[in-house]
Amino acid sequence: MNTEKTPEVSSRIYWQMFITFVRIGAFTIGGGYAMIPLIQREVVQVRKWISPKEFIDMLALAQSAPGVIAINTAIFIGYKIKGIRGSIVTALGCALPSFVIILLIAMVFSNFKDNAIVERIFKGIRPVVVALIAALLIWGLNISPVWIVMAAIAGGIIYGTVQANRLKNRN
Amino acid sequence: MGIEIYIQLFLSFFKIGLFGFGGGYAIISLIQHEIEIHGWMTNSEFTDIIAISQMTPGPIGINSATYVGYTASGTILGSAVATFAIVLPSFIIMLTLSRFFFVLQGNKYMEYALSGLRPAVIGLIAAAALVLMNTENFIDYKSIIMFAVAFFASFKFKLHPILLIILAGIAGLILY
Repeated sequence: MNTEKTPEVSSRIYWQMFITFVRIGAFTIGGGYAMIPLIQREVVQVRKWISPKEFIDMLALAQSAPGVIAINTAIFIGYKIKGIRGSIVTALGCALPSFVIILLIAMVFSNFKDNAIVERIFKGIRPVVVALIAALLIWGLNISPVWIVMAAIAGGIIYGTVQANRLKNRN
Repeated sequence: MGIEIYIQLFLSFFKIGLFGFGGGYAIISLIQHEIEIHGWMTNSEFTDIIAISQMTPGPIGINSATYVGYTASGTILGSAVATFAIVLPSFIIMLTLSRFFFVLQGNKYMEYALSGLRPAVIGLIAAAALVLMNTENFIDYKSIIMFAVAFFASFKFKLHPILLIILAGIAGLILY
């Protein structure tokens, strides 16, 4: 992908940004963290719009700022490539699949939730989304597994303590 | 219902976008609070909306804003207003942060600060992966096999996440 600054290439980059984030929005299933492997693959590896280091820094910023984390990351990446106009394109792309799918469900398929086929599809997808996040941690971020193990231990201890406290408070 | 509903939706969701720290689930509790104040829908209607927002593709915050906007106003315009309003504060704040980030990139002290933050981000993602390893996502041994296969396919063969998600959906249809 050359970065020649001819007008044709410039309009194509907006289209690429838009389509990439439509894809990310459409396959973010089960909450914000599900989108992290998708962004890593599409934006860092395939398009090389941001470096792996910038990717982690971006996650820190996007989680510190209020609002929808996926939209925050879209804004950061859009801004890096094409300034404010770029951030509008990526945020629109990211929100569009949600908007269309939810409106269809709200207006037409109001019994979507109780649909047995949908439920079966999601039973398959849920554990795979977790696997994608776990695999990304070890391989995609190019970080020593020692960090992962330490973070996992710390996370486990904190999670366990919080859960224990919650149970204690309930009783 | 006149124009007031749109103004209400805009103000409520702008507020949610501005104070929703921590992503999807923090946002849901703020939305619930606004719904109670305005009486837009019953609690069970809201529970359904959350379930659907989690099941459908897309960020949960955007999904629930679109859905609540539609249900509260009965119009597509209501959806658009709610979604636009929840995204607007992100634009203001994230654009400012991004600007600072790229201006200060390469600065020695900024590098120091970020090198401290990076392991924390990894920790957050690891914690998220751990929290997701619950009985809702892993219902039986088939889930565990799917997890292992997908992990291996992604880690070892670097298969595209979108391809894996599509295959997982097909596998779910066949196995369950």
